[in-house]
Amino acid sequence: MHCHDLSKHLNIPKGAKKIVLVGNPNVGKSVFFNALTGLYVDVSNYPGTTLEITHAPFGKDVIIDTPGVYGVSSFNDEEKVARDVILSADIVVNIIDSVHLERDLFLTQQVIDMGIPVVVALNMMDEARKKGIEIDVDLLSDLLGVEVIPTIAVSKKGIDELKAAIYKARKGIINPQLQNQLNQLLDRVGHQGDALLILEGDPHVAEKHGLPTGNLREEIYLARRERVNDIVNHVTREVIEGSSFSTRLGRMMLQPLTGIPILAVILWVTYQIVGVFIAQTIVGITEETIMQGMYEPFVRSFVGSLVSPDSALGTILIGEFGILTMTVTYILGLLLPLVVGFYFVLSAMEDSGYLPRLAALVDRVLMSIGLNGRGVIPLILGFGCVTMATITTRLLGSERERKIATFLLALAIPCSAQMAVIAAMLAGLGAKYVALYTVTIFLVLVIVGSGLNKFMPGSSSDLFIDLPPLRLPRLENVLKKTTTKSFMFLQEATPLFVLGALIIGVMQVTGILGFLQELLAPVTVGWLQLPKEAANAFIMGFVRRDFGAAGLYDLALSPMQKVVALVTITIFVPCIASAMVIFKERGRKETLIIWPSILVLAFLIGGLLSQLVL
Amino acid sequence: MKLDQVKKGQMLKIILMPDEKIRSQAIRFGIAEGEIVTCFEVIPSGPIILQKNRQEIAIGRRLAAQIEVEPIPARSFNPFRRWTANALSRSKQTS
Repeated sequence: MHCHDLSKHLNIPKGAKKIVLVGNPNVGKSVFFNALTGLYVDVSNYPGTTLEITHAPFGKDVIIDTPGVYGVSSFNDEEKVARDVILSADIVVNIIDSVHLERDLFLTQQVIDMGIPVVVALNMMDEARKKGIEIDVDLLSDLLGVEVIPTIAVSKKGIDELKAAIYKARKGIINPQLQNQLNQLLDRVGHQGDALLILEGDPHVAEKHGLPTGNLREEIYLARRERVNDIVNHVTREVIEGSSFSTRLGRMMLQPLTGIPILAVILWVTYQIVGVFIAQTIVGITEETIMQGMYEPFVRSFVGSLVSPDSALGTILIGEFGILTMTVTYILGLLLPLVVGFYFVLSAMEDSGYLPRLAALVDRVLMSIGLNGRGVIPLILGFGCVTMATITTRLLGSERERKIATFLLALAIPCSAQMAVIAAMLAGLGAKYVALYTVTIFLVLVIVGSGLNKFMPGSSSDLFIDLPPLRLPRLENVLKKTTTKSFMFLQEATPLFVLGALIIGVMQVTGILGFLQELLAPVTVGWLQLPKEAANAFIMGFVRRDFGAAGLYDLALSPMQKVVALVTITIFVPCIASAMVIFKERGRKETLIIWPSILVLAFLIGGLLSQLVL
Repeated sequence: MKLDQVKKGQMLKIILMPDEKIRSQAIRFGIAEGEIVTCFEVIPSGPIILQKNRQEIAIGRRLAAQIEVEPIPARSFNPFRRWTANALSRSKQTS
């Protein structure tokens, strides 16, 4: 994707100037975007990434948002997208956090070095004042050579001044030595931004111009860092620094002694919101009352009047696993509320600055299963919906970590739909059985994870993250993030669900389903020591994991048999939707390894447990 | 010494970062070879949290073990130090 077809991709009118918002993560870019643009916002997915780009008209021109980055290059997806958008910018509005000038001005100077006209919004002046930092705005503006507007975006201070200053954006001051180096390249490249990135060794930009990559990155970075530090020393004055409550709380989140209880409380609240309120109360209304009570009968009678319900087509459309019945109910009645709930909690955690601290806290534990602290996000999301969590493994730092996380999610993390049924079945049995189930699943996760870590070639990436200051998340932002993410997830997963339902429906019509049940019988009865009908539950588990658990619900089982059956069904193959996502994310070869090995592991572990306790 | 051996509250000078990619990312955070940082927190057998001007950065232990640092002896700034030292020596002389 070259920056030249960005306009085409985003449907930007001819002649409109591209005004691009740029800034580090957590500097309040989205607040600015909303304040500058109002209602008509267009979100589009960026080709080849999971990232979406928001843009909106601004008078005759257009304002484009970019992902938060610390610098322009190609270390990860966010940076690649930001790089392309910034390279095509006519004007950059750079938002910086006045409390972290040293970090944020690096990006500012880099954009200035790219030769793009810039205006700087110096945000969070209130926080700086609270922390006893005085900033000489005029001097900063003189040293950078561009307009600097002090703002407090959350209370709409300075927004009008910023609007007025956008068209006063100008090119800033560039280190003369760097300018010389750039000039040598400029006549061959024609665009100063491209020239800079080639010098800094960006392979993609160099390739675009058919030039070798430069090797001056470190030299340029160090010189830029030195200049930025120098500017910061001149423009800031510390009045006094006290240890504020948020610093203390941030420290408490990191120390295991206090951090683990804090995590426990947060998980408990999350469980109350997602696992109890949404999974039971809300889903009770959406799935049972609305979808199964009103929607399904309506569709059945309507389609039934056109096609016989007993015909092959009827079964596929409106049968037990019908595309128009089960699939729609599942997506809208069950998944949508759960996914929204989970993304809501996750976005609130993201905005508050808690997630990076959690990643640091659990880094050590996750290292032992071949992930680093970042891996906590997909693992937690997995308890909501494994399909959704599998998509978020893209966040992880290396291919190896993505493989491990995907496998563990498919293997040992029961999703919330399944958890509800498992909890109901275990509830009546007593603590001993609950403990046995939990410990078994946990051991499987740890042992398999450690095994993967040991035998997989290579090593996983190390944690290296910036811990943003703790803040109270703003509802407006959290809701916006939740809507965008939930919508993207449904967009991604719905076709896969439909395809899955279609496959199962066809299997049912052709009798393959019944044949499979017979095939499994010896394993079910002989090795797992469960009644023959339990095989149905496993087959159903492939359609939807909670169906599988629900199928066990009606069987007459002893308490121990229940535990064995539940362990097996938890580990058993991922539901068809997550299988589809694994296929999409990891490709055919890996899916063909993951899938059968989970199948074997499920029966192996279930059987071993059965031989031990029954 | 290596970064994974530092103690909470210690001030350090970064001497050497071996990995080129990590070096580039670190410079953006404001941590380059020769910079002076404070160890904000050490998570037992987990990451080291460095602080530099109100900015906190978590570095995994394995990575920290490859970063060479030099501890800076803590000297609290005391404008009266000279005066107290003089006063002490004077009191010693009189006694």
